[in-house]
Amino acid sequence: MTPDDLLRQDSEWLKGTGPNADIVMSSRTRLARNIEKIPFSNWANKPQQQDILAQVRDAAEKINFLKGSAFFMLKDLSEIDRLLLVERHLMSPEHAKDVEYKGLIVDPKEIVSIMINEEDHLRIQVLQTGLNLRECWRIVDEIDTEFSKLIPYAYSPKWGYLTACPTNSGTGLRGSIMFHLPALVFSGQISKILQAISKLGLNIRGLYGEGTEATGNIFQVSNQASMGMTEEDLIGNIDRIINQTVSREDATRKSLLMKSKEALVDRVSRAYGTLKSAHIISSVETVTLLSAIRLGVDLGLVKNIDRKMLNELFILTQPAHLQKLEGKALTSNERDIKRADLIRERLKGG
Amino acid sequence: MLCDACGKKEATVHLTEIVNEKITKLHLCESCAKDKGAEMEEHFGLSDLLAGLADLGAHAEPEMMTVLKCPSCGFTYQDFKKAGRFGCSECYEAFRKQLDPLLKRIHGSNRHIGKVPLNAGKMVKETKALQDIKVLKANLEKAIQAEEFEEAARLRDKIREMEGNPRSGDAQQ
Repeated sequence: MTPDDLLRQDSEWLKGTGPNADIVMSSRTRLARNIEKIPFSNWANKPQQQDILAQVRDAAEKINFLKGSAFFMLKDLSEIDRLLLVERHLMSPEHAKDVEYKGLIVDPKEIVSIMINEEDHLRIQVLQTGLNLRECWRIVDEIDTEFSKLIPYAYSPKWGYLTACPTNSGTGLRGSIMFHLPALVFSGQISKILQAISKLGLNIRGLYGEGTEATGNIFQVSNQASMGMTEEDLIGNIDRIINQTVSREDATRKSLLMKSKEALVDRVSRAYGTLKSAHIISSVETVTLLSAIRLGVDLGLVKNIDRKMLNELFILTQPAHLQKLEGKALTSNERDIKRADLIRERLKGG
Repeated sequence: MLCDACGKKEATVHLTEIVNEKITKLHLCESCAKDKGAEMEEHFGLSDLLAGLADLGAHAEPEMMTVLKCPSCGFTYQDFKKAGRFGCSECYEAFRKQLDPLLKRIHGSNRHIGKVPLNAGKMVKETKALQDIKVLKANLEKAIQAEEFEEAARLRDKIREMEGNPRSGDAQQ
C-alpha cells in the first residue's frame, strides 16, 4: 500500500455511517507507549531510534490484527505524501517534522495507525466512524496487549505507563471524538456548552488539533486526565458527556427546523449556490459551506447529495489531497482554483 | 573557602549535584564558575548560571544551586521544566518528589489504577495484586455497610491471604 492507494479509498472516519453519524463524524482512541530502558524518542540517539523502529516493526509483523498493514519510513515519503497522511488523521502534524527516524504503520482499512518515534516510542491509534469510542478502545486494547507480549513497556506500578510528557502518563490513553454542532453554534448555545464540557474534565479543540479554530462548526473533544481512572471509566466518561451534547444538538436542530425553517433553508441554499458556482475558493470557506450543506442533508432539506459525497469533498479539498489529485505541487492560489473546479464537478454529478 | 577548580580565589558559587541520591558539592570562584558554566550548559542552561552570577557583585551572599539529575539519561529537572518532557522513563523516579504534586495537578490523581502490561514480570504481578487488594477492600467496606457479615469475613480472609498475613479465624481486629 502506498499513499496513492489511500487517495482512492474512503477513510474509515469519513464513511459517514455508525452510531449518531449525523452529528458525530468519528471516534478515536490512542495509547502512548514506550520501550523500557531506552530514552524517549526526542532524546534517544540514532542507534537507539533505529532500535525502536526495528523492535516495533518486528513486533507489528507478528500481530494478527496488523496483517497486511503498510510500513512507511517518513523520510522516504514526499512532503505532500506526509501532509496527506496528516489530513487523513493517520498521524499528527508533529510527526511530519524531523522525519529522519520516524515510522508509521497503517492498516489497509485506515482503522489502525501506529506512529513510531513521535514524542513517545509508540502511539497506537484506532479510528472509527460515528460515536463508537468503546469499540475503538476494545481494538486498541487488543493491539496493545499483543504488543506487550513482544515489547517490554516502560511501566511503573505507581504511575502506570511512563510517557515523555507527564500529561499522558498513567493509562497513556486519549479518547477523542470529532463532531459537527452547527445548531448549537447558530442558536448561540455553544459557548455555554463548551464551558460545561471543559469543566467536566474534557479538552475541546478545533478540526486540526491543538490551537486550531472550530472551522465548519466541527469540534474535537478528548479527556484531559489520563491517570487515576481505569480506561473503561475514562472512555465511559467521555461517552456519557458526548451523548448528552449530541442529544442537545439534535433537539436544537429539530427546534430550529420548526421555528426558523426559512432562515435555515436560506443558509443551506446560499451555501449550495456558492459551492456550485465558485471559481476560486479557500479551504476554510469550503469547510464552512460544507457544514451548512451537511446540516441541510441531515435535516432532509437537501435531497440530491448524500453524506458520503460531502465527506469525500471534505477530504479531497484539503491541500495535499488536491495536489495528489493534480499530480503536482500547486501554489495556494492554484489550489483555490483547483478546489473550486473539483467541487463544481462533483456537485454537478450529485 | 578556596575554589575547588583553581585553588586560588575565594569560592563564591556553590554547586550541588544530586545524582541517584548521591550529593556532590562543588565550590567555585566566579571565573571558574563561568568556565564551568560553558562546560555544563547542556545540563542546566548557561543562562541560569549566569543569572546567578549576575547578582554576585550586588551582594556577597554565596549562590546556592541544586541540580537534580536523572542517573540514567543525565536529564536535569531544569531540562524538564524547559522542555515539558522527560528524557527517559527513569526520570520519573529521579524527580519523584517534584513529580507527585505535578501529576496531581494535571490528572487530579498521581496513582495509576488502570491496565497492567503482561510483560513486566514480578513488579507487575505485585502491582496487580495490590490493585486486587484495593478492590477487595472496597468490596469489604460495602459488605460491612450492607451488613453482609459472612461475605465480609470471606473478603477479610482473602485480603489477609493476599497480603501474606497468617490466616487466622480469630476475631482480632
